[in-house]
Amino acid sequence: MKILGNLTFDALKHDGITGLTVNAMLIGAPIAFILLVAGLTYFKRWPTAIGFVKWLWKNWLTSLDPKKIGVMYLVTAFAMLLRGVADAAMMRAQQATSVGSSHGIVSSDTFQQVFTAHGTIMIFFVAMGLMFGIINLVLPLQIGARDVAFPFMNSASFWLYVAGTVLINLSLVVGQLAATGWLAYPPLSELAYSPGVGVDYWIWSLQIAGIGSMLSGINFLVTILKMRRPGMTLMKMPMFTWSVLNAMVLVAFAFPILTATLAMLALDRTLGMHFFTAGAGGNAMMYVNLIWAWGHPEVYILVLPAFGIFSEVVATYSHKRLFGYTSMVWALGAITFLSFIVWLHHFFTMGAGADVNTFFGIMTAVIAVPTGVKVFNWLFTMYRGRVVFATPMLWFLGFVVTFTIGGMTGVLMSVPAIDFQVHNTLFLVAHFHNMIIGGVVFGYFAGITYWWPKIFGFKLNERLGRYAFWCWFTGFLLAFIPLYILGLMGAARRLDHYDASMGWQWLFIVSGVGVLFISAGIGFQILQLAYSVWKRKENRDTTGDPWNGRTLEWSVPSPAPYYNFAVLSPVTERDPFWEAKQKAGSDRPAKQKYEDFEMPKNSPMGMFIAAFAFIFGFAVIWHIWWLVPLALLAVITTIAIRTLDDHSEYTVTAAEVEELEASHAQ
Amino acid sequence: MHNNDSKTVFGFWVYLMTDCVLFASLFVTYAVLHGNTFGGPGAAELFSLPFVLGETLILLTSSFTAGLAMLAAHAGRPRQVLAWFAVTFLLGVAFLTMEVTEFSKLAHEGNSWQRSGFLSAFFTLVGTHGLHITSGLIWMGIMMTKVVRGGLAPNTLRRLTLLSMFWHFLDIIWIFIFTIVYLMGAAS
Amino acid sequence: MKKILTPAFFIIICLGTISLLVRYAATHNVAVLNPQGIIAHKEFSLLVTATLLMLIVVIPVFILTFVIAWKYRAGNTKAKYMPNWDHHHGLEFTWWAIPCALIFALSILNWNSSHDLDPYKPIASNAKPITIQVVSLDWKWLFIYPDQRVATVNYVEFPEGVPVNFQITSDAPMNSFWIPQLGGQIYAMPGMNTSLHLMADTTGVYDGSSVNISGRGYAGMTFKAASVTNADFDQWIKTAQRSGHYLTEPEYAKIAAPSENMPATTYALGEPDLYNEIMMKYMTPGAEMTGMVMP
Repeated sequence: MKILGNLTFDALKHDGITGLTVNAMLIGAPIAFILLVAGLTYFKRWPTAIGFVKWLWKNWLTSLDPKKIGVMYLVTAFAMLLRGVADAAMMRAQQATSVGSSHGIVSSDTFQQVFTAHGTIMIFFVAMGLMFGIINLVLPLQIGARDVAFPFMNSASFWLYVAGTVLINLSLVVGQLAATGWLAYPPLSELAYSPGVGVDYWIWSLQIAGIGSMLSGINFLVTILKMRRPGMTLMKMPMFTWSVLNAMVLVAFAFPILTATLAMLALDRTLGMHFFTAGAGGNAMMYVNLIWAWGHPEVYILVLPAFGIFSEVVATYSHKRLFGYTSMVWALGAITFLSFIVWLHHFFTMGAGADVNTFFGIMTAVIAVPTGVKVFNWLFTMYRGRVVFATPMLWFLGFVVTFTIGGMTGVLMSVPAIDFQVHNTLFLVAHFHNMIIGGVVFGYFAGITYWWPKIFGFKLNERLGRYAFWCWFTGFLLAFIPLYILGLMGAARRLDHYDASMGWQWLFIVSGVGVLFISAGIGFQILQLAYSVWKRKENRDTTGDPWNGRTLEWSVPSPAPYYNFAVLSPVTERDPFWEAKQKAGSDRPAKQKYEDFEMPKNSPMGMFIAAFAFIFGFAVIWHIWWLVPLALLAVITTIAIRTLDDHSEYTVTAAEVEELEASHAQ
Repeated sequence: MHNNDSKTVFGFWVYLMTDCVLFASLFVTYAVLHGNTFGGPGAAELFSLPFVLGETLILLTSSFTAGLAMLAAHAGRPRQVLAWFAVTFLLGVAFLTMEVTEFSKLAHEGNSWQRSGFLSAFFTLVGTHGLHITSGLIWMGIMMTKVVRGGLAPNTLRRLTLLSMFWHFLDIIWIFIFTIVYLMGAAS
Repeated sequence: MKKILTPAFFIIICLGTISLLVRYAATHNVAVLNPQGIIAHKEFSLLVTATLLMLIVVIPVFILTFVIAWKYRAGNTKAKYMPNWDHHHGLEFTWWAIPCALIFALSILNWNSSHDLDPYKPIASNAKPITIQVVSLDWKWLFIYPDQRVATVNYVEFPEGVPVNFQITSDAPMNSFWIPQLGGQIYAMPGMNTSLHLMADTTGVYDGSSVNISGRGYAGMTFKAASVTNADFDQWIKTAQRSGHYLTEPEYAKIAAPSENMPATTYALGEPDLYNEIMMKYMTPGAEMTGMVMP
């Protein structure tokens, strides 16, 4: 047994653009490191550096404060967005140039790894990251709580997510990634047809991050059901909270299916089992069913919180109550329930027969009803309001246009006989990007802009935000409308080359221009961030309520104090902060009665659990067998040590709170 | 404190529900693959009902003794708690020993998890349950140490509640395995 | 004024590009919108009907969005402002009921079309159908004519106006068999047999491809489907049968080995039960023919 399993220096050798990138990294990283050490020594800045690392460790990395964890999620997700868009740009460049006798800029194998990376990273590490980030930042504040139900598990979830991102990015440098598409259907993803480490990287990256997601699902579910302010009944919760509740129910029910399915594929590849192999009694169709039984709820997990964000944003910026609250709650519930009985629409073409196909097709179409209801309710929230078109509202309008087009094409594809002609073509690709970019991404961008002052204490620059929006919106249409046409012209998805006689090239070129616009949009977002940080003093949110908000998070200073609320007083109605503001001045505010409370201490254990999980995954991927049980033992031991720690909290006394509140008031 | 308890217990119920979905995925895979013997022996040929009945009785008894342990815990009797959990632990070990014996026998005969889809599904479903039992036993060992060191403190009591929920849950899963895999398999 | 410039600039780009794209589509062969077979015709009219049904909701939504956004912008102080007006039973009923009705109509369409256009359903016709067995390989398509004793790679020919019963399997990962101008696709899976029934209206040559990623050479799995007159078809069969180029087991093993961009080739069928043998090897141990590769 080799000490490093299958891992050799060959794993670092790559062709083409990947090779150039990896070599640049392998040479550049040590040089950068040496320069850093030399610079610190020469300029005698070691104390500063050490101080910085200590600060980072204490204030961010080991923090159990969901506000900190939320920011870390957003930072990681945004970094992954850059990687995902880079992949997209490469894909567009390849497809715009790989025609006839030219084979584009990368090999087929590289191209197939690039689009696999693109899809996997965007769904698991960008969208999920943005979602959990925003939930961490906003949910406890919205329900009037100080923290989530299980603060340590929250930290562990975040670090497991990071472990997943490290694994999938590592695959670029050490070894390869799956070349199977983001869902890695067998038999292609089985050993016989994918003998390298690529699929194994894919499996373990998702398995580890997926467990983190599942734990977050449990965490936020219990938080909402057990930690709301007294008096905040379910029907008085903010809409964003409702949407998170529904999404977390989906997480709890769907993610275990992913865990089981990835495990079975891993068992096929690592222990020679035959769940999904071609032959020996395996059944690849089983995988397709299982993975989509997870996969469909997953896309609703991503979009429901975005819907919740739009409910908050539209009501706030229209200066009006959300229209049809009860109807919206029922619509969310209907979507949640229905999302479990539509999964087969992802493979109508697998031959299940007309009866089965029809059932799933009808259920799919039915989901359009509650979704449409929500759109109408948002529009009528604006109706007879006074609407300010700040950047979040622009994202909302962009969403209405793009998501509606996507919804329409979705209902078209819910008719199996139509789907037979567009399944797995670029028409499908355009549809789901309409939903994910128009729905999920635009929603999360709106939310981040909206809640930014609460998190960081200053507003983002409006004008740059507007430019970013228009670049994204135009870029989106330019990138994806041509894909609808291409799909109808017979262009399958995932093609790394096509014949000149197909007449597709111009459409791919236009689509490529669209990606340039989107990149410009991201450029503006980065510029917006930098400029806003630079000008933060002028744009400080001094009141804690920059938009004349309606819900509890706006009742605390910006940024929120680490304990969120000094006193957990009961609420009596929906939009409690708005109602309190309407009544303000009519009563003298009662003197606050402060009490002692417990807060969790910092802990590095979540990071350690994830680090050991990463080592476990890496060891399985490279067949470093001696390391596998060791790493697993390390994970279990760390968990045991942590759970047996009875001194994980500290007390904040009433006096301390009173002092802190007084200093904020100044 | 009380609020902490209800939060943690509720959270654990939600976790058990996710575990239920995990097992359901494995069950449904077994259901689809149970006939895919690829020319090899099937459930009827391979499973010995008396042996499995033995495993079942052992596990059911261990649930009973775990229940007795919890009664003792709520009555504040740490020595009894330790005694009953010790019995539960031994029964759990006996169950696992029987299961490992069954697995080795099958593997040595050439009916390992690599032979067919049916066998892969069987070993994984029953094996996952076995891994859960193993985790439960490790947890039990740790909890028994805690009781020895610190008696029945509120934290410990809460964790024992979770452990017993877990143990009973695994018993219920086993009943499904016994029925769907072994009973229905032997009858096929 | 400045605030309008940015959106106006971008909207002009969008509208301009969309009109160019529409023009481009109108002057090129958009396969799905240019059906040449009975199944594709029906699928196309279904697409049009469903789209029109959806537009009943989509167009009002767009109009409503822009009208409401414009009228109730904060700058328009003449518009009524009712900050607490948050429900209206009539409106709620409308936007639950009308979409429900539309979806109900669509569901009927769904049921009927799913059954009528079920790939497994034979096409009703007076003409005698022909059977063509299809095997997706890495990375090419093999077509076997069991009754005519002929086989081809990356090329399929059949007579116009005659129902073609495709029987489809794979000796490679999952693929998807698609000739868009004749009809929708269906998956090709190892160890499994799927069916697709198509019929060409008239003579012509159509593009076919694989629509499910199956490995490195997947993009090269294109083929031509030629619909010819009955006479031409018979002639072609005779020529192939006499070609002296036989598809035997060893020859099949060579074809099945991974390779890309194999040129269109015609054979006489040397192994009459080849298709079933290919499928069977996945279902029982030891059923592999000599020289066949087991995954």
